[in-house]
Amino acid sequence: MTPVAPAIVDTDHLAALESEAVHVIREVVAEFDRPVLLFSGGKDSAVMLHLALRAFYPAPLPFGLLHVDTGHNFGEVIAYRDQLVADLGLRLEVAQVQHWIDDGRLHERPDGTRNPLQTVPLLDTIERHKFDAVFGGARRDEDRARAKERIVSLRDAFGGWDPRRQRPELWSLYNGRHTAGEHVRVFPLSNWTELDVWHYIARRGVPIPDIYYAHEREVFLRDGMWLTAGEWGGPRRGEEIVPRMVRFRTVGDASCTGAVESTATTLEEVVAEVTASNITERGATRADDRLSEAAMEDRKREGYF
Amino acid sequence: MMSLLRLTTAGSVDDGKSTLVGRLLHDTSSILADQLDAVTRATLERGGGIGDEPDLALFTDGLRAEREQGITIDVAYRYFATPTRKFILADCPGHVQYTRNTVTGASTAELAVVLVDARNGVLEQTRRHLAVAAFLRVPHVMLAVNKMDLVDFDEETFRAIEEEFATAATSLGVDAVVSVPVSARHGDNVASRSERTPWYTGLTLLEHLETVPTGRDAVEEPMRFPVQLVIRPRTPEFPDYRGLAGRVASGILSVGDEVVALPSGGRSTVTGIDTPDGPIEQACAGESVTVLLADELDAGRGEVLSRPDQPPRVVTELDADLCWLSDNPLTPGARVLVKHGTRTVRAIVTELTGTLELDTLTHGESPETLSLNEIGGARLRLAEPLAVDAYATDRHTGGFLVIDAGNGDTLAAGLVA
Repeated sequence: MTPVAPAIVDTDHLAALESEAVHVIREVVAEFDRPVLLFSGGKDSAVMLHLALRAFYPAPLPFGLLHVDTGHNFGEVIAYRDQLVADLGLRLEVAQVQHWIDDGRLHERPDGTRNPLQTVPLLDTIERHKFDAVFGGARRDEDRARAKERIVSLRDAFGGWDPRRQRPELWSLYNGRHTAGEHVRVFPLSNWTELDVWHYIARRGVPIPDIYYAHEREVFLRDGMWLTAGEWGGPRRGEEIVPRMVRFRTVGDASCTGAVESTATTLEEVVAEVTASNITERGATRADDRLSEAAMEDRKREGYF
Repeated sequence: MMSLLRLTTAGSVDDGKSTLVGRLLHDTSSILADQLDAVTRATLERGGGIGDEPDLALFTDGLRAEREQGITIDVAYRYFATPTRKFILADCPGHVQYTRNTVTGASTAELAVVLVDARNGVLEQTRRHLAVAAFLRVPHVMLAVNKMDLVDFDEETFRAIEEEFATAATSLGVDAVVSVPVSARHGDNVASRSERTPWYTGLTLLEHLETVPTGRDAVEEPMRFPVQLVIRPRTPEFPDYRGLAGRVASGILSVGDEVVALPSGGRSTVTGIDTPDGPIEQACAGESVTVLLADELDAGRGEVLSRPDQPPRVVTELDADLCWLSDNPLTPGARVLVKHGTRTVRAIVTELTGTLELDTLTHGESPETLSLNEIGGARLRLAEPLAVDAYATDRHTGGFLVIDAGNGDTLAAGLVA
């Protein structure tokens, strides 16, 4: 009757993180009426989707995807997204930031970046579809404000995050109760680091867009970052377009997501490069997070993910 | 393969906890160049630091209000790793909302590092930190005697604190405490051995963190499998598939096990354990899997699978300790929700049975109310039965949340008596 204890009781960290994320995803699907997964096509959302598929295997994914599209996308990422959606037969809702700009609900920023403009289309879409739980791939290691984020995080009727109203998160019991109009954001990758994500992609063979691998690209240098030339603003006068071997560490609005110089063309080489890197992915590649010490905190308070 | 350790830190105000956390991150190369630059800039702006060295405490600075007021409001999670182990550190503030935050941090921790300032020794607050770790049954407790540089790395000072702490720990039922003399500011005995403590021959703090056993307690406990949801694909490929999705809370689940689902009471046999990578024979505590049973039980979300000879208790009246986390005090008669495992039931707090004295972990007189950060015994009447274990025997199935049925706030952490 008593089972023989297995020889290894030390948990493998990736297996532990995977089991925790699957547990969180299942809890939320069990307790909420209308969940949705934010899907940007970046590596974190790719891992999120992979975990969600695992959580309900062999049943189909019990919720759809939502992409808030800034219109400033890398073509490879959109192609990857559409292929994945078609192959897996998923539901995808796209909220085009351009539509909000066209009808005057949003205004283009002087600096041309559209990352901060995603908040209003996101909140409008959540409200229109009455989504009550929104999965995201944010990690606590990304930013000091995210370090204090809960795994299941309550948002008020305006989508705002109030750090002082956060519920204590005890054991592995997640309290997602909310009143009408409120919703929760759910971050199953909270306890993952950038390196964990890469090791996991390698272990499970999670498909990711090609731009994460080194490739030759026409880029120009701004504020120490290699940005892609395009209609979204650049290069300005004095900024020279040059071909470079680069890869991306994050995928966001193309106007403010920088590439890093790299020769890593395989997953193994990318993992080795991330391991050796001495700069954080946001520091290396996100112009919008360099605005101030509290840039992310401010955006989160307004309803950003 | 890397293993995983969840830990928490507890310390009084100004005993250098933020500096220790910063030091651990720094010395495991978990702080990258751009973060170091930012902290070096901030150190200069605020006129602190030692010479040109960045103030390590600033690594753990969080929200704007915290920086402006120079305080920490909330638990922050930090990540660092060595080649053999990944660490998830719940960094709990020492002063504001003290109990609320340390209870939160301790609830998931397998190890608690309690900091003591070598100049001050064991304080009243130190005993509270220790008591919270004991109360939440954190499996390992470590004492870090910090600021050894300010007492000239004096062995006698260290030994006296070590002994006093060990005595306090023993009286609270915590045994085998490991003690390390450190200077978080200068790095002595944190990640590298100090030449200034030749009398100390033990492991460094980081070596302890790397070698302390993890995950063992849960697999030695009776098997518990709370059902999260039923997976029924109803696809052409899997027309009749019916699996119980969940995460093994404790013990080991094996194919062939006879199981009982509680509170409903249905019995069956485990015919398979499914994962997306294929079937497996056994699943250990912590693993998320899908269980296939021989019989189609009415065992959905909220049921707990266990072996019939080691079942949890099925109760409609619950004796528990409540750690009150809300600004609004608890008075008997309160109607609340209890969330335990995968089941949430309505409940009435019928009685407050005694305040917990943290010095001794014994119960005093019955209070009229229970206020923020207080811990006390209570009796709850449940609208529907729950299958529970005593927190003392199973940390993973003995804890529950008390929730405000109106606004959904988490009111208390509950520990089944």
